Order: sequence, then structure tokens, then C-alpha cells
Amino acid sequence: MMGRILTSVPITYTSGEQVEVYRFSFPITVGVPLLALFVQAFIPLRFPRFAVYFDLPLLVTIFFAMARRSPISGLLTGAVIGLAQDMLGHNPIGLYGIAKTVVGYGASSLGVKLDVENAGARFLVTLGFYLVHAAVYFTVAHGLVNMTQTWSWRYGVLAGVANAFVGVALFFVLDKFKQRT
Amino acid sequence: MESVLGRYRNLIILVGVLFLQVLGLATQVKRSGGNDAEHTRLIRIWMVGAITPFERGFVWIGNGAGGLWHNYAYLRGVRAENRQLKAQIEQMRLQQVRLSEDAAQARRLQTLLAFKEQFISRTVAAQVIGASGSDLSRVVYIDKGENAGIRRDMAVMTADGIVGKVLVVYPSVSQVLVINDQSSGVGAMLEKTRLQGVLRGTASGEVVLERVMSDEQVPVGETVLTSGGDQIFPKGLPVGTVAKVGNGKDLFLNIKVKPAADLSKLEEVLVLVEKQEKQATAEESPRVRAADILAQRLPSVPDKPAVSAVAAPGTAPGTATGGAKAAAANAGSKPATTPNTGASQAAKTSAGTTGTGAGSKPEGPKSTPTNMSPNLPPAQAAPKSAKPSAPASTTQPPDDGTNPH
Repeated sequence: MMGRILTSVPITYTSGEQVEVYRFSFPITVGVPLLALFVQAFIPLRFPRFAVYFDLPLLVTIFFAMARRSPISGLLTGAVIGLAQDMLGHNPIGLYGIAKTVVGYGASSLGVKLDVENAGARFLVTLGFYLVHAAVYFTVAHGLVNMTQTWSWRYGVLAGVANAFVGVALFFVLDKFKQRT
Repeated sequence: MESVLGRYRNLIILVGVLFLQVLGLATQVKRSGGNDAEHTRLIRIWMVGAITPFERGFVWIGNGAGGLWHNYAYLRGVRAENRQLKAQIEQMRLQQVRLSEDAAQARRLQTLLAFKEQFISRTVAAQVIGASGSDLSRVVYIDKGENAGIRRDMAVMTADGIVGKVLVVYPSVSQVLVINDQSSGVGAMLEKTRLQGVLRGTASGEVVLERVMSDEQVPVGETVLTSGGDQIFPKGLPVGTVAKVGNGKDLFLNIKVKPAADLSKLEEVLVLVEKQEKQATAEESPRVRAADILAQRLPSVPDKPAVSAVAAPGTAPGTATGGAKAAAANAGSKPATTPNTGASQAAKTSAGTTGTGAGSKPEGPKSTPTNMSPNLPPAQAAPKSAKPSAPASTTQPPDDGTNPH
């Protein structure tokens, strides 16, 4: 499955004029991240492993950043969603904020340069940014907050692939709310 | 200069936003040691306020639907379950008698040593409505807050065992730090060996007992209880059982503990809002003998109405009633003999298989029928020497068909 996706990914460089920039209505801009945060906090009550493998706010950050294709908008979206996610936990506020700011910036910068509208590209981009997010979070938590964490590549890649699959499906749903500028 | 700013505008904003967040993070870490959410309460309250009403609503709907199904639709097996539960109650009543004897003895000893006891005097039941959504922050939200009398650092538990402690309190919700979070710490001890340690969560969500020396013998399966040393959990609450023992860092063991409460599926919890500490007193409470309870279960126990009217205070309330019922049922069939006959019979029945029960020595003072002197409570009626070996402490709960049900 992975191999087929990897061989069928048409990541192409595009000029600035070729890529389309989208915007979203205010209810979608606010409601979708809130819904993602709600689901992320609620589902683990019934399915405890959900929080271990999935990060819906990250997927929403990547989607908005790639669709808007504006690095500033992307990093701000990531910062706000990340900080909101931090507020639901008990760890210091800023851990997810920093990680998602970097992801938001990276995803929107990538969205400017590459065509990330197809499933294969989205899969790879989501997998890549999941790992970037985990690496930044791990570094900040370990280096700044002195949290004890163990990094596992096996778990990281497995969770990344799981998020990528969910991300591809989620992005197609969220595509319906895109508005052309 | 302007062209440089324009060219690197995105990057400069990124660095600026990151810098601000790092600064905020550093401030929190410096101020609170990294784990105190209380200082950022105002910021957190917005997010919690935005999310928890929906969670509360969903939980309410879910419970409503579940209740409808369980209360009205899904009644299969209820009768069988009812019978089973009745039998279980009988067993537990017998066990209770034995335990109350032990407790009374412990209280007497504590009084002698001027011990102070901690009692759970009031709990508040709460519903778990949400989680943090991150495996790096193992907290749950409950639907009771400041308005319900919840305060910070209160113990949270279920009927099975401890769950965690209240970390942040909002007006109508509270955040509970679960014991498997890596920043959690609970004073715990092993039930039999009485070895004390610190219970901590790990990054992977497991619970380990630390600070137990590696030269100690810790058997797998031993029960872990709270030690009371953390001043949050009262002593003796169930924590879990030892699942695995290995060598840890330095000279300590690495003891994995399986929590007694299912931390991954928390629904209702109890918050310990009030605990009392008072001097232990040995109260001479009216005694109930295992034989009396067993007597109640025998359908052919005759009883004298006059005796039941002046039933000794130590007799189980149900005993006289049960005896009266039995007498009414068997009216005329058997002459009214001494009311303790049934008790002795029952004790014999219960001890018949093991030979160690109260009825195994019918001639001894232990089996002296309580109602021989109906004006005295059993404790007074029985000789002092019989006290330590009260029938309850020697009677095994009958699980061998003595149950008339």
C-alpha cells in the first residue's frame, strides 16, 4: 500500500501563479479547529488509544496551512490551535504551540511551492509533518521543560502513517468548505 | 533595510512567534517548576469553558441512551443476576462479621497506642466528561467544580481504587491528574510486606512503584495500598496489584503495578471532599455473630415471640424477624424450644465441612448461645475468654451449598 502511494505521488514544482489560494468562512475557520479539539479530548474517554496515535488538531493545522498557502497565516493558525491544545492539558502552555507553529509555517511554505492537492502528496506531507511535529515537541519538552520522554521510531512512524491515512480522508471532507479567492 | 525585512518577513514573524512562546514557556517553568497549571488558570479557563459544555452534553446524551437501553430494553438475565447477588450478600454479611471483629480489635489496639485515624467523611460523585487529548498529559475532566465543593489536591477514586488528584478547579469542572501521568506521585505500600514506596506514572502510561530496595522480596500479585504519606489519599485505599518486578535504577526495584481502577475507561468517580482525623476509640458496639446470620437463613428456626420482643441488642435485627417468620411458617409443627437452637444448628451446618467453625465445639463457651441470656448483649453474655475467638473469626463463609437459595 505504502509502495503504491510512494510511486504514484506526482509532487511537482509549480509557479506562484499556478497554485490556487483558498480561504474559509469564519464559522469554518473557528468551528473546525474547535471540533477537532473537542473530538481529540472526547474520543479517548471511550477509546483510550486514540490520543496515543491520532492528533486531529495537527491534521487541521496542516490542512488550513496548505490550503491558504500563506506562511504567516499558517504559522498563526498553528500557534493558535497548538496553544488551545496546550490549554486542555496540564503541561506548560507552549509545547504544542511551538510545534504546531513550525508545522503551520512549513506546510504553508510547502503549499506555495508544491502541488499538494492529490492523495499521495497529502499522505506524504502529513506523514512528514507528523514526524516534524513529534521531533519539535520532543526537543522542546526535553530541552526546555525537562520532561522525561522516550522517542521510538517504530511508534513515531506507525502513528505518522495512521495520521496520514486519516488526514487524507479528512482533507477531502474539508475540501468541500474551500472558497476560491 | 526595508528590502531585507520584506524579503524575510515570514521568517522574522516565525522567529518572533516562536520566541514569544518560548519566553512564555520559560516563565511558566521558572515560576512553577513546570507542572503547575494554576498560574495559567485564566488562559486555560477559556479553552475549558469552550470545550467542556459540549463534552458534558455528549456524556449526558450518551448516558441517557445507555440508561434507556439498560433500564428498559436490556433486562435479560436480571432474575438470575438477582439470585446471584442475593447469595453474594449473604456471603458478604458473614464476611462482614469477621471483619468487624478484626476492626474492633484493631480499634482497641489503636486506642491503647493513642493512634489517630483518618476517616472518609464525605465524597462527591462526579462524571468524567473529557480528557486532555494527549498521551503526554494524562488528565481527565470531571463535571463538578468549585461550586460543588471541590478543591485542589483532593483525592479522586472509584469503588475499585484510586484514580488521581484534583489539579485545577474551575467553577463547574475540575481537572484531575491521573496516577499514570509521569508528573503524578502517590505514597503507596505493599499490603503484606508493608514496604513503602512512591507510585509514579511513566511516559508510556504505566504505573510503577519506586523507592523499594532491591534486596526486598516483592511477590507478583501482591496488593498495593495507599500509605497516607502524601497527605492526599487516606491510608489503606486500594491502588492495584504488583504486575511485574524487575531491577530498577541504583539500588531500587522497578515494580510495575496494575491499577485497581480501570484508568482507561473512567466514567464515574468519587472526589474525597472531606476527611476527618480523630483519636481512635474502641466502641463496644453491639455484636452480630455469624451464627445469628446463618440462623436467619434456616427456614425451620423456631422462635419464642416473648424472646424476640426483648431481643438482645446484640442480636441482628433480622434475626428476630427471621425467627418470627420461621415460627409463623412452622406454627404448630414444632414446639418452641430455646431460641438458640437454630443458631447452633446453623453454626454446625456452616462448620460441618471444615470442622473449624463455631459449631465445631458446641460444648465450649464459644458456642454458648447468645440468647441464653436475652437481656444481655452477646459480648457481655459470652465469657471474656471467648472474645478473641469469636465465632465470626473462625467461621468460614459457607460456599458449599449451605445457602438455601
